[in-house]
Amino acid sequence: MSQLPPEDELTAEWWAGTRNGQLLLQTCQDCGRRQHHPRNLCLSCQGTDLGYTEATGEGVVDTFTLVHRSPRPDLQVPYVIARVRLAEGPVMLSTLVGDSEWQIGDAVRVEFQPLSDGRALPVFRRMQ
Amino acid sequence: MTVAIVGAAECDLGVTGKSVLQLQVQAVTRALADAGLQLSDVDGLATNNIGRFSTTELAQELGIRPAWAESTFVGGSAFESYVARAVQAIEAGQAEVVVISFASNQRSARSRSLGGVVEEHLPAAQFETPYGPLYPLSYYAMAAQSYLHRYGASSADLARVAVAAREWALLNPQAYRFGAGPLTVDEVLQSTMISSPLRAADCCLVTDGGGAVVLTSAARARDLRSRPVNVLGYGEATGVAGMAAADDILDTGAAISAARAFGAAGLTPADVDVAEIYDSFTITVLLSLEAIGFFGLGEAAAAARDGVLDPGGRLPVNTSGGGLSYCHPGQFGVLLLVEAVRQLRGEAEQRQVAGAEVALAHGTGGILSHHSTVLLGVDR
Repeated sequence: MSQLPPEDELTAEWWAGTRNGQLLLQTCQDCGRRQHHPRNLCLSCQGTDLGYTEATGEGVVDTFTLVHRSPRPDLQVPYVIARVRLAEGPVMLSTLVGDSEWQIGDAVRVEFQPLSDGRALPVFRRMQ
Repeated sequence: MTVAIVGAAECDLGVTGKSVLQLQVQAVTRALADAGLQLSDVDGLATNNIGRFSTTELAQELGIRPAWAESTFVGGSAFESYVARAVQAIEAGQAEVVVISFASNQRSARSRSLGGVVEEHLPAAQFETPYGPLYPLSYYAMAAQSYLHRYGASSADLARVAVAAREWALLNPQAYRFGAGPLTVDEVLQSTMISSPLRAADCCLVTDGGGAVVLTSAARARDLRSRPVNVLGYGEATGVAGMAAADDILDTGAAISAARAFGAAGLTPADVDVAEIYDSFTITVLLSLEAIGFFGLGEAAAAARDGVLDPGGRLPVNTSGGGLSYCHPGQFGVLLLVEAVRQLRGEAEQRQVAGAEVALAHGTGGILSHHSTVLLGVDR
Protein backbone atom coordinates (compact mmCIF):
# COMPACT_ATOMS: atom_id res chain seq x y z
CA MET A 1 0.00 0.00 0.00
CA SER A 2 1.21 3.48 -0.72
CA GLN A 3 0.89 6.86 0.97
CA LEU A 4 2.77 6.00 4.14
CA PRO A 5 4.73 8.97 5.43
CA PRO A 6 8.17 8.36 6.92
CA GLU A 7 8.43 7.37 10.57
CA ASP A 8 9.24 10.16 12.97
CA GLU A 9 11.09 10.40 16.27
CA LEU A 10 8.08 9.09 18.17
CA THR A 11 7.19 6.22 15.84
CA ALA A 12 10.59 5.07 14.51
CA GLU A 13 10.96 2.21 16.98
CA TRP A 14 7.43 0.95 16.32
CA TRP A 15 8.05 0.86 12.58
CA ALA A 16 11.47 -0.71 13.13
CA GLY A 17 9.64 -3.58 14.82
CA THR A 18 7.64 -4.20 11.67
CA ARG A 19 10.87 -4.70 9.72
CA ASN A 20 11.51 -7.70 11.98
CA GLY A 21 7.97 -9.04 11.98
CA GLN A 22 7.26 -7.72 15.46
CA LEU A 23 4.08 -5.96 16.53
CA LEU A 24 5.17 -3.58 19.27
CA LEU A 25 3.04 -1.78 21.81
CA GLN A 26 4.15 1.43 23.42
CA THR A 27 4.59 0.64 27.10
CA CYS A 28 4.90 2.99 30.05
CA GLN A 29 8.11 2.32 31.98
CA ASP A 30 6.51 3.70 35.15
CA CYS A 31 3.08 2.07 35.34
CA GLY A 32 3.20 -0.60 32.63
CA ARG A 33 0.26 0.70 30.61
CA ARG A 34 0.33 -0.42 26.97
CA GLN A 35 -1.17 1.86 24.35
CA HIS A 36 -1.52 2.22 20.60
CA HIS A 37 -0.81 4.41 18.61
CA PRO A 38 2.42 5.75 20.15
CA ARG A 39 1.83 8.97 22.07
CA ASN A 40 3.98 11.51 23.86
CA LEU A 41 2.72 10.57 27.30
CA CYS A 42 1.15 7.68 29.15
CA LEU A 43 -2.62 8.07 29.29
CA SER A 44 -2.77 6.34 32.68
CA CYS A 45 -0.04 8.06 34.72
CA GLN A 46 1.00 10.91 32.40
CA GLY A 47 4.55 9.58 32.53
CA THR A 48 6.86 10.29 29.61
CA ASP A 49 9.29 7.41 30.01
CA LEU A 50 7.82 5.25 27.30
CA GLY A 51 9.30 2.19 25.63
CA TYR A 52 8.00 -0.79 23.69
CA THR A 53 7.10 -4.39 24.41
CA GLU A 54 6.19 -7.03 21.88
CA ALA A 55 2.54 -7.93 21.57
CA THR A 56 1.40 -11.51 21.10
CA GLY A 57 -0.13 -10.44 17.80
CA GLU A 58 -3.43 -12.03 18.72
CA GLY A 59 -6.70 -10.21 18.99
CA VAL A 60 -10.38 -10.14 18.15
CA VAL A 61 -12.38 -8.13 15.66
CA ASP A 62 -13.87 -5.22 17.62
CA THR A 63 -15.82 -4.01 14.59
CA PHE A 64 -15.26 -3.79 10.85
CA THR A 65 -16.57 -2.50 7.55
CA LEU A 66 -16.29 -3.82 4.03
CA VAL A 67 -15.30 -0.89 1.82
CA HIS A 68 -16.85 -0.95 -1.64
CA ARG A 69 -15.63 2.37 -3.00
CA SER A 70 -11.92 3.02 -3.16
CA PRO A 71 -10.50 6.37 -2.11
CA ARG A 72 -7.34 5.86 -4.19
CA PRO A 73 -6.15 3.82 -7.17
CA ASP A 74 -3.91 1.34 -5.33
CA LEU A 75 -6.77 -0.13 -3.31
CA GLN A 76 -8.93 -2.78 -4.98
CA VAL A 77 -12.45 -3.06 -3.60
CA PRO A 78 -13.90 -4.65 -1.66
CA TYR A 79 -11.48 -4.60 1.25
CA VAL A 80 -11.92 -4.63 5.01
CA ILE A 81 -11.22 -1.86 7.49
CA ALA A 82 -11.33 -3.16 11.04
CA ARG A 83 -10.72 -2.22 14.62
CA VAL A 84 -8.82 -5.10 16.20
CA ARG A 85 -8.72 -5.38 19.97
CA LEU A 86 -5.35 -6.84 20.80
CA ALA A 87 -5.03 -9.44 23.54
CA GLU A 88 -3.15 -6.83 25.58
CA GLY A 89 -6.15 -4.45 25.47
CA PRO A 90 -5.40 -1.64 23.03
CA VAL A 91 -7.42 -1.26 19.85
CA MET A 92 -5.68 -0.76 16.52
CA LEU A 93 -6.97 0.08 13.09
CA SER A 94 -6.01 -2.43 10.43
CA THR A 95 -7.36 -4.58 7.66
CA LEU A 96 -8.50 -8.21 7.65
CA VAL A 97 -7.15 -10.50 4.94
CA GLY A 98 -7.70 -13.99 3.57
CA ASP A 99 -11.43 -14.21 4.20
CA SER A 100 -14.54 -12.37 3.14
CA GLU A 101 -17.02 -13.41 5.83
CA TRP A 102 -16.28 -11.63 9.08
CA GLN A 103 -18.11 -11.31 12.37
CA ILE A 104 -17.46 -9.12 15.36
CA GLY A 105 -15.55 -11.20 17.89
CA ASP A 106 -13.68 -13.32 15.34
CA ALA A 107 -10.21 -14.26 16.58
CA VAL A 108 -7.35 -12.97 14.43
CA ARG A 109 -3.56 -12.97 14.36
CA VAL A 110 -1.19 -10.41 12.93
CA GLU A 111 0.92 -10.85 9.84
CA PHE A 112 2.99 -8.34 7.93
CA GLN A 113 2.67 -6.98 4.41
CA PRO A 114 6.04 -5.69 3.19
CA LEU A 115 6.27 -2.07 2.07
CA SER A 116 8.71 -0.84 -0.55
CA ASP A 117 10.96 0.87 2.00
CA GLY A 118 11.51 -2.24 4.15
CA ARG A 119 8.87 -1.43 6.71
CA ALA A 120 5.79 -3.65 6.87
CA LEU A 121 2.13 -3.03 7.50
CA PRO A 122 0.50 -5.14 10.20
CA VAL A 123 -2.66 -6.84 8.94
CA PHE A 124 -4.78 -9.55 10.50
CA ARG A 125 -5.85 -13.00 9.36
CA ARG A 126 -8.34 -15.40 10.91
CA MET A 127 -6.74 -17.47 13.64
CA GLN A 128 -6.91 -21.21 12.83
CA MET B 1 -29.53 32.53 30.38
CA THR B 2 -30.25 35.94 28.99
CA VAL B 3 -29.46 35.62 25.30
CA ALA B 4 -31.81 35.02 22.39
CA ILE B 5 -31.63 34.12 18.72
CA VAL B 6 -33.36 36.94 16.86
CA GLY B 7 -32.57 36.13 13.24
CA ALA B 8 -32.15 32.97 11.16
CA ALA B 9 -31.77 32.28 7.47
CA GLU B 10 -30.41 29.89 4.89
CA CYS B 11 -28.23 30.92 1.98
CA ASP B 12 -28.97 29.29 -1.38
CA LEU B 13 -28.90 25.51 -1.04
CA GLY B 14 -28.30 22.58 -3.32
CA VAL B 15 -26.18 23.13 -6.42
CA THR B 16 -25.61 26.87 -6.49
CA GLY B 17 -22.59 27.55 -8.70
CA LYS B 18 -21.75 30.33 -6.23
CA SER B 19 -18.59 31.03 -4.25
CA VAL B 20 -18.26 30.47 -0.52
CA LEU B 21 -18.09 34.21 0.18
CA GLN B 22 -21.13 34.89 -1.98
CA LEU B 23 -23.11 32.28 -0.05
CA GLN B 24 -21.77 33.63 3.26
CA VAL B 25 -22.92 37.14 2.41
CA GLN B 26 -26.35 35.79 1.50
CA ALA B 27 -26.61 33.94 4.81
CA VAL B 28 -25.48 36.88 6.93
CA THR B 29 -27.56 39.58 5.23
CA ARG B 30 -30.68 37.42 5.12
CA ALA B 31 -30.39 36.55 8.82
CA LEU B 32 -29.87 40.22 9.72
CA ALA B 33 -32.85 41.22 7.60
CA ASP B 34 -34.89 38.58 9.40
CA ALA B 35 -33.82 40.14 12.70
CA GLY B 36 -34.40 43.70 11.52
CA LEU B 37 -30.76 44.56 12.19
CA GLN B 38 -27.99 46.08 10.07
CA LEU B 39 -24.42 44.99 9.42
CA SER B 40 -23.38 48.05 11.43
CA ASP B 41 -25.05 46.49 14.48
CA VAL B 42 -22.83 43.40 14.35
CA ASP B 43 -19.91 43.39 16.78
CA GLY B 44 -19.42 39.63 17.07
CA LEU B 45 -18.73 37.10 14.32
CA ALA B 46 -18.31 33.32 14.37
CA THR B 47 -17.63 31.23 11.29
CA ASN B 48 -15.20 28.75 9.70
CA ASN B 49 -14.50 26.98 6.40
CA ILE B 50 -13.66 30.14 4.44
CA GLY B 51 -9.91 29.86 4.67
CA ARG B 52 -7.17 29.79 7.26
CA PHE B 53 -8.34 33.21 8.48
CA SER B 54 -12.08 32.68 8.23
CA THR B 55 -13.35 35.40 10.56
CA THR B 56 -11.10 38.12 9.16
CA GLU B 57 -11.95 37.14 5.59
CA LEU B 58 -15.65 37.40 6.35
CA ALA B 59 -15.29 40.63 8.34
CA GLN B 60 -13.39 42.08 5.40
CA GLU B 61 -16.03 40.93 2.92
CA LEU B 62 -18.78 42.46 5.05
CA GLY B 63 -16.82 45.63 5.84
CA ILE B 64 -17.16 45.29 9.61
CA ARG B 65 -14.67 45.26 12.50
CA PRO B 66 -16.15 42.96 15.14
CA ALA B 67 -14.98 43.30 18.74
CA TRP B 68 -15.33 39.54 19.17
CA ALA B 69 -14.60 36.71 16.75
CA GLU B 70 -14.66 32.94 17.05
CA SER B 71 -13.59 30.17 14.68
CA THR B 72 -13.00 27.01 16.69
CA PHE B 73 -12.87 24.08 14.30
CA VAL B 74 -14.39 20.87 15.64
CA GLY B 75 -16.38 19.75 12.59
CA GLY B 76 -20.06 20.27 11.92
CA SER B 77 -20.95 20.68 15.58
CA ALA B 78 -18.96 23.93 15.75
CA PHE B 79 -22.05 26.06 15.30
CA GLU B 80 -23.79 24.75 18.40
CA SER B 81 -20.57 25.57 20.24
CA TYR B 82 -20.54 29.04 18.72
CA VAL B 83 -23.95 29.57 20.33
CA ALA B 84 -22.39 28.72 23.68
CA ARG B 85 -19.49 31.12 23.05
CA ALA B 86 -21.83 33.83 21.82
CA VAL B 87 -23.97 33.58 24.95
CA GLN B 88 -20.84 33.89 27.07
CA ALA B 89 -19.58 36.87 25.06
CA ILE B 90 -22.91 38.71 25.18
CA GLU B 91 -23.37 38.03 28.89
CA ALA B 92 -19.82 39.23 29.53
CA GLY B 93 -20.40 42.42 27.58
CA GLN B 94 -17.82 41.57 24.93
CA ALA B 95 -20.37 41.74 22.12
CA GLU B 96 -23.95 42.85 21.74
CA VAL B 97 -24.98 41.40 18.38
CA VAL B 98 -23.31 38.16 17.26
CA VAL B 99 -23.71 36.55 13.84
CA ILE B 100 -22.93 32.84 13.50
CA SER B 101 -22.64 31.83 9.86
CA PHE B 102 -21.49 29.06 7.57
CA ALA B 103 -21.49 28.37 3.87
CA SER B 104 -20.01 25.77 1.57
CA ASN B 105 -20.03 25.26 -2.18
CA GLN B 106 -18.61 21.73 -1.92
CA ARG B 107 -21.06 20.31 -4.46
CA SER B 108 -20.46 22.94 -7.10
CA ALA B 109 -16.71 22.95 -6.44
CA ARG B 110 -16.50 19.12 -6.31
CA SER B 111 -14.18 19.57 -3.36
CA ARG B 112 -15.20 16.49 -1.35
CA SER B 113 -12.93 13.43 -1.42
CA LEU B 114 -13.78 9.93 -0.19
CA GLY B 115 -10.61 9.52 1.82
CA GLY B 116 -10.89 12.90 3.51
CA VAL B 117 -8.05 15.31 4.13
CA VAL B 118 -4.83 13.58 5.18
CA GLU B 119 -2.52 15.62 7.42
CA GLU B 120 0.84 13.92 7.21
CA HIS B 121 2.10 15.12 10.58
CA LEU B 122 -0.77 13.58 12.53
CA PRO B 123 -1.02 9.98 13.82
CA ALA B 124 -3.73 8.89 11.40
CA ALA B 125 -1.38 9.36 8.43
CA GLN B 126 0.88 6.58 9.74
CA PHE B 127 -1.58 4.36 11.58
CA GLU B 128 -4.86 4.63 9.67
CA THR B 129 -4.58 6.11 6.18
CA PRO B 130 -2.34 3.28 4.87
CA TYR B 131 -5.30 0.90 5.21
CA GLY B 132 -7.61 3.10 3.14
CA PRO B 133 -10.57 3.94 5.37
CA LEU B 134 -13.13 6.27 3.87
CA TYR B 135 -13.15 9.37 6.03
CA PRO B 136 -15.42 9.88 7.86
CA LEU B 137 -17.68 7.22 6.36
CA SER B 138 -15.84 4.04 7.37
CA TYR B 139 -15.80 5.04 11.02
CA TYR B 140 -19.54 5.56 11.10
CA ALA B 141 -19.88 2.27 9.25
CA MET B 142 -17.88 0.50 11.96
CA ALA B 143 -20.06 2.16 14.59
CA ALA B 144 -23.14 0.99 12.73
CA GLN B 145 -21.77 -2.57 12.51
CA SER B 146 -21.14 -2.51 16.22
CA TYR B 147 -24.61 -1.10 16.97
CA LEU B 148 -26.38 -3.76 14.89
CA HIS B 149 -24.33 -6.49 16.55
CA ARG B 150 -24.72 -5.25 20.12
CA TYR B 151 -28.43 -4.55 20.04
CA GLY B 152 -29.66 -7.06 17.47
CA ALA B 153 -30.87 -4.30 15.16
CA SER B 154 -30.94 -4.58 11.38
CA SER B 155 -29.97 -2.55 8.33
CA ALA B 156 -33.70 -2.00 7.84
CA ASP B 157 -33.75 -0.10 11.14
CA LEU B 158 -30.99 2.20 9.90
CA ALA B 159 -32.90 2.60 6.66
CA ARG B 160 -35.98 3.66 8.58
CA VAL B 161 -34.10 6.78 9.76
CA ALA B 162 -33.54 7.80 6.14
CA VAL B 163 -37.21 7.13 5.39
CA ALA B 164 -38.27 9.44 8.24
CA ALA B 165 -35.95 12.19 6.99
CA ARG B 166 -37.46 11.89 3.52
CA GLU B 167 -41.00 12.15 4.90
CA TRP B 168 -40.04 15.45 6.53
CA ALA B 169 -38.25 16.66 3.38
CA LEU B 170 -41.40 16.14 1.35
CA LEU B 171 -42.93 18.89 3.53
CA ASN B 172 -40.05 21.36 3.02
CA PRO B 173 -39.82 23.15 -0.35
CA GLN B 174 -36.19 24.07 0.43
CA ALA B 175 -35.21 20.39 0.76
CA TYR B 176 -32.97 18.90 -1.91
CA ARG B 177 -35.26 15.84 -2.04
CA PHE B 178 -38.52 17.83 -1.77
CA GLY B 179 -39.75 16.68 -5.13
CA ALA B 180 -38.18 13.23 -5.01
CA GLY B 181 -41.20 11.41 -3.62
CA PRO B 182 -41.26 9.05 -0.66
CA LEU B 183 -38.37 6.73 0.13
CA THR B 184 -38.98 3.13 1.17
CA VAL B 185 -36.91 0.87 3.38
CA ASP B 186 -36.45 -1.46 0.40
CA GLU B 187 -35.11 1.39 -1.73
CA VAL B 188 -32.56 2.24 0.96
CA LEU B 189 -31.56 -1.43 1.22
CA GLN B 190 -31.15 -1.61 -2.56
CA SER B 191 -29.02 1.52 -2.81
CA THR B 192 -25.31 1.13 -3.50
CA MET B 193 -23.23 -0.32 -0.67
CA ILE B 194 -20.46 2.13 0.19
CA SER B 195 -18.89 0.88 3.42
CA SER B 196 -20.92 -1.90 5.01
CA PRO B 197 -23.45 -1.77 6.52
CA LEU B 198 -23.89 1.81 5.28
CA ARG B 199 -25.34 2.27 1.80
CA ALA B 200 -25.62 5.41 -0.27
CA ALA B 201 -29.05 6.20 1.18
CA ASP B 202 -27.67 5.92 4.73
CA CYS B 203 -25.31 8.80 3.96
CA CYS B 204 -26.05 12.50 4.02
CA LEU B 205 -26.30 14.52 0.86
CA VAL B 206 -23.30 16.33 -0.57
CA THR B 207 -24.66 19.78 -1.39
CA ASP B 208 -23.81 23.45 -1.28
CA GLY B 209 -25.52 25.50 1.38
CA GLY B 210 -25.33 27.13 4.74
CA GLY B 211 -27.02 29.67 6.89
CA ALA B 212 -26.71 32.14 9.72
CA VAL B 213 -28.27 32.98 13.05
CA VAL B 214 -28.15 36.29 14.93
CA LEU B 215 -27.96 36.49 18.71
CA THR B 216 -28.35 39.37 21.12
CA SER B 217 -29.39 39.97 24.71
CA ALA B 218 -32.89 38.86 25.62
CA ALA B 219 -33.61 42.43 26.69
CA ARG B 220 -32.72 43.86 23.30
CA ALA B 221 -34.42 40.93 21.57
CA ARG B 222 -37.81 42.03 22.86
CA ASP B 223 -37.52 45.30 20.90
CA LEU B 224 -36.83 43.51 17.61
CA ARG B 225 -39.30 42.42 14.99
CA SER B 226 -39.26 38.64 15.33
CA ARG B 227 -40.35 36.46 18.20
CA PRO B 228 -37.17 35.82 20.24
CA VAL B 229 -35.94 32.28 20.73
CA ASN B 230 -34.12 32.02 24.02
CA VAL B 231 -30.99 29.96 24.59
CA LEU B 232 -31.92 27.77 27.56
CA GLY B 233 -28.77 25.72 27.92
CA TYR B 234 -25.78 24.22 26.18
CA GLY B 235 -23.21 21.53 26.69
CA GLU B 236 -20.22 20.11 24.86
CA ALA B 237 -17.90 17.13 24.94
CA THR B 238 -14.65 16.75 23.05
CA GLY B 239 -13.42 13.24 22.39
CA VAL B 240 -11.03 11.46 20.06
CA ALA B 241 -9.86 12.07 16.51
CA GLY B 242 -8.61 8.61 15.59
CA MET B 243 -10.53 5.57 14.41
CA ALA B 244 -8.98 3.27 17.02
CA ALA B 245 -8.73 5.74 19.90
CA ALA B 246 -12.16 5.21 21.44
CA ASP B 247 -12.19 2.12 23.63
CA ASP B 248 -15.91 1.63 22.95
CA ILE B 249 -16.87 2.97 19.55
CA LEU B 250 -20.49 3.47 20.67
CA ASP B 251 -19.57 5.56 23.73
CA THR B 252 -19.30 8.87 21.95
CA GLY B 253 -19.51 11.68 24.49
CA ALA B 254 -22.89 12.84 23.22
CA ALA B 255 -24.41 11.75 26.53
CA ILE B 256 -22.09 14.09 28.41
CA SER B 257 -22.80 16.98 26.08
CA ALA B 258 -26.56 16.53 26.34
CA ALA B 259 -26.52 16.06 30.13
CA ARG B 260 -24.64 19.34 30.50
CA ALA B 261 -27.18 21.14 28.34
CA PHE B 262 -30.20 19.70 30.17
CA GLY B 263 -28.57 20.45 33.51
CA ALA B 264 -27.96 24.07 32.57
CA ALA B 265 -31.52 24.47 31.30
CA GLY B 266 -33.19 22.60 34.14
CA LEU B 267 -34.95 20.43 31.58
CA THR B 268 -35.16 16.75 30.69
CA PRO B 269 -35.54 14.99 27.33
CA ALA B 270 -39.28 14.69 28.04
CA ASP B 271 -39.52 18.51 27.80
CA VAL B 272 -38.28 18.59 24.19
CA ASP B 273 -40.94 19.15 21.53
CA VAL B 274 -38.73 18.97 18.46
CA ALA B 275 -35.20 17.59 18.00
CA GLU B 276 -32.76 18.62 15.31
CA ILE B 277 -30.07 15.92 15.34
CA TYR B 278 -26.96 15.97 13.20
CA ASP B 279 -27.61 13.22 10.66
CA SER B 280 -24.37 12.74 8.80
CA PHE B 281 -25.42 9.09 8.55
CA THR B 282 -28.45 7.14 9.70
CA ILE B 283 -26.44 5.59 12.54
CA THR B 284 -25.54 9.04 13.86
CA VAL B 285 -29.21 9.69 14.60
CA LEU B 286 -29.77 6.45 16.51
CA LEU B 287 -26.63 6.89 18.59
CA SER B 288 -27.40 10.54 19.33
CA LEU B 289 -31.04 9.99 20.25
CA GLU B 290 -30.02 7.33 22.76
CA ALA B 291 -27.11 9.30 24.19
CA ILE B 292 -29.28 12.38 24.63
CA GLY B 293 -31.71 10.27 26.62
CA PHE B 294 -34.75 10.16 24.37
CA PHE B 295 -34.49 6.37 24.30
CA GLY B 296 -32.64 3.68 26.17
CA LEU B 297 -29.50 2.15 24.65
CA GLY B 298 -30.44 0.07 21.63
CA GLU B 299 -34.04 1.31 21.67
CA ALA B 300 -33.90 4.09 19.08
CA ALA B 301 -33.94 1.49 16.29
CA ALA B 302 -37.35 0.24 17.38
CA ALA B 303 -38.57 3.83 17.76
CA ALA B 304 -37.56 4.61 14.18
CA ARG B 305 -39.24 1.40 13.04
CA ASP B 306 -42.44 2.42 14.84
CA GLY B 307 -42.55 5.83 13.15
CA VAL B 308 -41.77 7.82 16.29
CA LEU B 309 -39.42 10.14 14.35
CA ASP B 310 -41.80 10.74 11.43
CA PRO B 311 -44.14 13.67 10.79
CA GLY B 312 -46.93 13.13 13.31
CA GLY B 313 -44.70 10.91 15.46
CA ARG B 314 -44.16 11.29 19.18
CA LEU B 315 -40.66 12.81 18.75
CA PRO B 316 -40.37 14.94 15.62
CA VAL B 317 -36.73 14.62 14.49
CA ASN B 318 -35.00 16.57 11.73
CA THR B 319 -38.10 18.41 10.61
CA SER B 320 -36.26 20.06 7.70
CA GLY B 321 -35.50 16.68 6.17
CA GLY B 322 -32.04 16.77 7.73
CA GLY B 323 -28.68 16.17 6.18
CA LEU B 324 -30.10 13.02 4.65
CA SER B 325 -32.79 14.66 2.51
CA TYR B 326 -32.70 18.47 2.91
CA CYS B 327 -29.14 19.80 2.71
CA HIS B 328 -25.68 18.80 3.85
CA PRO B 329 -22.98 21.32 3.03
CA GLY B 330 -20.16 19.47 4.81
CA GLN B 331 -20.93 21.04 8.17
CA PHE B 332 -24.63 20.89 8.97
CA GLY B 333 -24.68 22.45 12.44
CA VAL B 334 -25.89 25.93 11.57
CA LEU B 335 -28.88 24.53 9.71
CA LEU B 336 -29.95 22.57 12.81
CA LEU B 337 -30.22 25.94 14.54
CA VAL B 338 -32.07 27.62 11.67
CA GLU B 339 -34.71 24.89 11.62
CA ALA B 340 -35.08 24.86 15.42
CA VAL B 341 -35.69 28.62 15.37
CA ARG B 342 -38.33 28.30 12.65
CA GLN B 343 -40.14 25.59 14.57
CA LEU B 344 -40.16 27.64 17.77
CA ARG B 345 -41.43 30.71 15.95
CA GLY B 346 -44.20 28.69 14.34
CA GLU B 347 -42.89 29.52 10.86
CA ALA B 348 -42.29 26.00 9.57
CA GLU B 349 -45.46 25.89 7.46
CA GLN B 350 -46.37 22.37 6.30
CA ARG B 351 -43.84 20.76 8.61
CA GLN B 352 -44.66 22.83 11.70
CA VAL B 353 -44.75 20.85 14.95
CA ALA B 354 -47.87 22.13 16.65
CA GLY B 355 -47.20 24.02 19.86
CA ALA B 356 -43.43 23.52 19.83
CA GLU B 357 -41.96 25.40 22.80
CA VAL B 358 -38.63 23.65 23.41
CA ALA B 359 -36.22 22.55 20.69
CA LEU B 360 -32.95 20.69 20.92
CA ALA B 361 -30.13 21.04 18.40
CA HIS B 362 -27.40 18.44 18.69
CA GLY B 363 -24.28 18.68 16.58
CA THR B 364 -21.72 15.95 15.91
CA GLY B 365 -18.29 16.77 14.51
CA GLY B 366 -15.57 14.67 12.93
CA ILE B 367 -15.88 10.93 13.49
CA LEU B 368 -18.22 11.08 16.49
CA SER B 369 -15.39 13.22 17.86
CA HIS B 370 -17.09 16.35 19.15
CA HIS B 371 -20.59 16.82 20.48
CA SER B 372 -22.44 20.01 21.17
CA THR B 373 -26.00 20.38 22.39
CA VAL B 374 -28.12 23.52 22.50
CA LEU B 375 -31.58 23.84 24.05
CA LEU B 376 -33.78 26.63 22.75
CA GLY B 377 -37.18 27.83 23.90
CA VAL B 378 -39.91 30.28 23.00
CA ASP B 379 -39.95 33.57 24.89
CA ARG B 380 -42.72 33.50 27.48
